[in-house]
Amino acid sequence: MSTAVAPELDIQKIRKDFPILEQKVNGKPLIYFDNAATTQKPKQVIDAISEYYEGYNANIHRGLHSLAEKATTAFEDSRKIFQKFINAAEVEEVIFTKGTTDGINLIANAYGRKFLQEGDEILITAMEHHSNIVPWQIIAEEKGAFLKVVPVNTKGEISLDDVEQLITDKTKIVSVVYASNSLGTVNPVKEIAKLAHAKNAIMVVDGAQASSHCVVDVQDLDCDFYATSGHKMYGPTGCGILYGKRAILEEMTPYQGGGEMIHNVSFDKTTYNDIPYKFEAGTPNIADVVALKHAAEYIDAIGKDNIMAHEQALTQHAHERLSEVPGINFYGTAAEKVSVVSFTIDNVHPYDAGMMLDAKGIAVRTGHHCTQPLMDHFGIEGTIRASFSVYNTIEEINFFADSLKDIVAKFS
Amino acid sequence: MADNTINTKQDEIIEKFSMLDGDMEMMIGYLMELGEKLPEMPESLKTEDNIVKGCQSKVWLTADENAGKLHFQADSNTAITKGLVSLLVSILNNGRIDDILNADLYFVHKIGMNRFIGTQRSNGFLSMIKQIKMYALAYKTKLENEA
Repeated sequence: MSTAVAPELDIQKIRKDFPILEQKVNGKPLIYFDNAATTQKPKQVIDAISEYYEGYNANIHRGLHSLAEKATTAFEDSRKIFQKFINAAEVEEVIFTKGTTDGINLIANAYGRKFLQEGDEILITAMEHHSNIVPWQIIAEEKGAFLKVVPVNTKGEISLDDVEQLITDKTKIVSVVYASNSLGTVNPVKEIAKLAHAKNAIMVVDGAQASSHCVVDVQDLDCDFYATSGHKMYGPTGCGILYGKRAILEEMTPYQGGGEMIHNVSFDKTTYNDIPYKFEAGTPNIADVVALKHAAEYIDAIGKDNIMAHEQALTQHAHERLSEVPGINFYGTAAEKVSVVSFTIDNVHPYDAGMMLDAKGIAVRTGHHCTQPLMDHFGIEGTIRASFSVYNTIEEINFFADSLKDIVAKFS
Repeated sequence: MADNTINTKQDEIIEKFSMLDGDMEMMIGYLMELGEKLPEMPESLKTEDNIVKGCQSKVWLTADENAGKLHFQADSNTAITKGLVSLLVSILNNGRIDDILNADLYFVHKIGMNRFIGTQRSNGFLSMIKQIKMYALAYKTKLENEA
């Protein structure tokens, strides 16, 4: 994590790149604090989608005509950009998916189905999103394997000692969220990967939240898979990437068949295409993948260190200001965390708070955030979650804190 | 003879909401006030059976019959939803069974409920209306069988 102080980013200039932020909601200027659910998109990304459809929409890889060539080049350029963005060793290790959920399901089905055996174990943590629980439960049930769970402490952290103890000779897959969507906790995935590899298990990283908030270097992390979503890093919805190490991807059997993923098809036998194409059956989401490249370039242009420092400053300020709210209880106070602040307020139901904040133009998320087991662990139904992004400001947080104080006063 | 009480009460609510002029904060404030006016529901009635299915928040709703009229008791674990159920109770409480069954609750559309509480809460609100009509139908059947 960067320890730099907040840089001199021109946030007002950055905000102008996001047309959606200019609007009013319920008559009040929009304050968008639901970035962990999805970030807003800069003009560069939005324009890239129209430019694709207006200028060079064509199906990729197979066509010989000029438009197909242009679309294929743009699509494959995006793959190269993402190879660099996550520092994959080879461009073929980058598979385009619908998003993190799709990526994890791909691993569960194409790796898990082939290599899991009865009695094997899959290790996850108590803070996983449902998308890093349910695909494993489905495949575990099918194969007679078991799911084991690393507990979290009161701050929302896991301990490496627990991880080490829970990884056994039977553990085949360790799948851990890099940054928790509910708590913000950043997990030591590099260290966990070492522990997994020491027992010959593979390491899967759920990078849905991490990609726009953490430095991602898959070679340094030495993870075997890294799944992420475009829409949480200023890109379009419905597209993401799955990184996998070449040797592992080549051993895996595709779980979706169709066009694009084959070498040769006959009624007797079909041979599969090389990686990454054997995992990209059917016409992909070309427009959004092409636009996703612009999201990565947008992040790089501002500088991820600068974004992280700004978000850290916002998060710290939010913790300070929100501490003034009577009856507030924070969930997720890990030493290493991304820009997520999750809390409850005594005697104020999160739904009421969410709706009253919306009336003031503030968009937050309320509920279990697709992490029901984690909420059960804390003995709560859900939280109010504010999550910040590069375009958010200290002033917005001040208004948020003051608004919450007003709301609490209405309940006393 | 048709009892116009239900419509009179609906018209009062439409009038009240039009005065709030679409101001979301004022509408929420009004709903919360309504919720506070709801008589306290005994804890013994807050059972799993009395929960209205289809609401995101917990809503408990019961109905008792007396001389062909229904009396409702309700509560919710969230203040705004409590206001919503209170709104319904204020319109339909002590209404005749047939009037409740036949009530055209046009206020829902007129005040633009869907727009201001959102689709999910609107569905929950419709579940409350459905539950009230189910109670009315159940009592009607019961009374007819007893007659």
